[in-house]
Amino acid sequence: MKLFDPYLSRVLYIDLTRKRYWVENREDIFEEYMGGVGVATKLLQEELPRNADTLGAENVIVFAVGPFNGVYPIASKTVAMFKSPLTGNLGESHAGGRSSIAIRMAGYGAIVIKGASDIPIYLAIHGEKVHFKDARALWGVRSTYTIGRVLREREPGSGYRTIMRIGRAGEELVRFASVVVDSYRHFGRLGLGAVMGSKKLKAIVISGKRTIPIPNKPKYREIYNKIYKAAIESPAMKKYHDYGTPVNVLQLNALGALPTKNLMTTKFEGAEEISGEKLAETKLARRVACAHCVVACIHIAAIREEYPHEKFFYTVRYVSYDYEPIYANGSMLGISDSEGLIRVLEEIEVQGLDAMSTGVVLAWATEAYMRGLISKEDTLLDLKWGDWKNYIQAIRYIVKQPNEFYKTLALGVEEAAKKYGGLEFALSFGRNEMPGYHTGPGCHLGWLIGARHSHLDNAGYSLDQKLLSKGLPTPEEYIDSLMKEEAWRQVLTSLVICLFARGIYKPDIVAEALNATGYEYKVDDILNIGWKIYKNKYKLKLELGFDPLKLRIPRRVLEVPTPHGGISEEYMKRAITYFSQKIKKFLES
Amino acid sequence: MRRLVVTDPELCVGCMSCMFACSRRFGVAGLAKSAIYVRSIGGVERGFTVIVCRACKDPPCVVVCPTNALRKRKGGGVIFDCGKCIGCGNCVEACPFGAVQWDFEENKPVICVHCGYCVNYCPHGVLAIEEVGE
Repeated sequence: MKLFDPYLSRVLYIDLTRKRYWVENREDIFEEYMGGVGVATKLLQEELPRNADTLGAENVIVFAVGPFNGVYPIASKTVAMFKSPLTGNLGESHAGGRSSIAIRMAGYGAIVIKGASDIPIYLAIHGEKVHFKDARALWGVRSTYTIGRVLREREPGSGYRTIMRIGRAGEELVRFASVVVDSYRHFGRLGLGAVMGSKKLKAIVISGKRTIPIPNKPKYREIYNKIYKAAIESPAMKKYHDYGTPVNVLQLNALGALPTKNLMTTKFEGAEEISGEKLAETKLARRVACAHCVVACIHIAAIREEYPHEKFFYTVRYVSYDYEPIYANGSMLGISDSEGLIRVLEEIEVQGLDAMSTGVVLAWATEAYMRGLISKEDTLLDLKWGDWKNYIQAIRYIVKQPNEFYKTLALGVEEAAKKYGGLEFALSFGRNEMPGYHTGPGCHLGWLIGARHSHLDNAGYSLDQKLLSKGLPTPEEYIDSLMKEEAWRQVLTSLVICLFARGIYKPDIVAEALNATGYEYKVDDILNIGWKIYKNKYKLKLELGFDPLKLRIPRRVLEVPTPHGGISEEYMKRAITYFSQKIKKFLES
Repeated sequence: MRRLVVTDPELCVGCMSCMFACSRRFGVAGLAKSAIYVRSIGGVERGFTVIVCRACKDPPCVVVCPTNALRKRKGGGVIFDCGKCIGCGNCVEACPFGAVQWDFEENKPVICVHCGYCVNYCPHGVLAIEEVGE
């Protein structure tokens, strides 16, 4: 099979050490794995020394897009893969904004970044040209907002470019530093920001404009319209447009599944105040979309603040909010003051941190402080539920790392708990801080076995909720369902669509849409590609030292009841043992 | 005659669906053939501007075209004759709204024909087609 778009298979290689770049045509892997996560896994397998220091020049960053980006609606994501400085294992994070469109329009299917620069630089990639630009003056600037503003003015491509940048957190190598993408989207998880920081790579600007040729034009327009119509009419999409992801706050709280105060409980008395409904009413300033997505789930709040000593002088600032940041920094930190919560999220954005990890780390620190495992000598301030002003200061300390305690906190919750105690309530899975669900065993199993320890790997949290009326299956059956879902999601994230649209992009629609753009795949072929990518990814994960039998299940998770009741340790252990045998057999097959 | 109008850019979420629709008129994907252009007005939090031909009655782009590749269209705007165009780019400079887009693949301007195809793909009511006299 020949790819119809010759540009998709072009891989841009950039060597930061030698400040050189070149393009290779990799039709071989784009034909076999389509794009996105399938191609990124393959490129990482080729390029990454398995024993690479995650913050050394030998670590590799791969960005990849796929055949649907720039072609079909809600195909708005870029996949980033790297070795994670947070987990020491496979790192994978997805971001929207303009990123995927910009990469494809610039004429590439993937970008591989190797080496490390001697001085801070930023990359400006405009079509065929790659510029290595001096970023020494940008290094150390307080806020990611400023970096965005500077590059907006300095670089061309307004409207169709992407601006990815790190904040102070990435520069200071906080292991859960994020990359801010355009305005308010992120490669949030697993520390890509620190990897860029270690390479002295402050930002990447990408732009381009081109035509993507289509072999079957009438068919293309027909399937496009089908997908578009489904997106416009779907109730799930309307829900995300109206309230955004924070619509989940009240739903999970009502279920008793909203992790609260470091998961000491699952119902938050202040849930109403930080709900999507309430924020839409009192804080919402604008809703915006990623490129080529009609849903527009991005919700931006306005902070209107009077200057204390200057009457009638106001600052109006903006920050986006989503379910996961609200869970991690709202219910988990006991913050019910929505104004305070938005300010905390603003600080996280300014510093360029992962909002989820930051909240979970601070929740552990608060409990450890209350239990006397750490003292004010460590924390330098009082940590107590709901005190958002002190949390903002603590976030600055995580980045600044003024003492041993904050240096350790910047390594993630697992390292902090290993050093100071409280591992039983340190909520990390595969060393990655937990997402906002305590719905049953499925969510926890899902992010234990998921290749990136994310709720988006296999959606155990969603299965848990669907199973509420039926009751739980056996641990073995549960693992089978999670693995099947994860294999299918390798397809979706190779295309690369936003997983919010997974209800629209069913296997038959995906096959039809691929056929119209020149791919001769049948549904079975696509499913097989999913399993093949899953296998490649897990193979790499094991080579990087992952062992399912060494997984730690935080004690706290087993102590606090879920909507399915208490989770039994035996159920979890049986599931993990079964998984470990199954994955071994799968990799040998 | 009909013309495309931007009814309220405040409703724009910046999804670029109109831009993709415009290129899709020709059955292709991507953005190179799009006559409509959306960008933020300095960060998405401040909103968007939607830039497209306003169907001027007395279009400045016509005046500066050295080869008569652009001629006035009934009801406003211009009709583009690709065969006459030498790609000088004067029209781009002449439009005070910056509404003449450039096709870098062909080195020619992209001129809105007011067909309204993009209107069908704006779910938030930013774009509309209105009837105008001859």
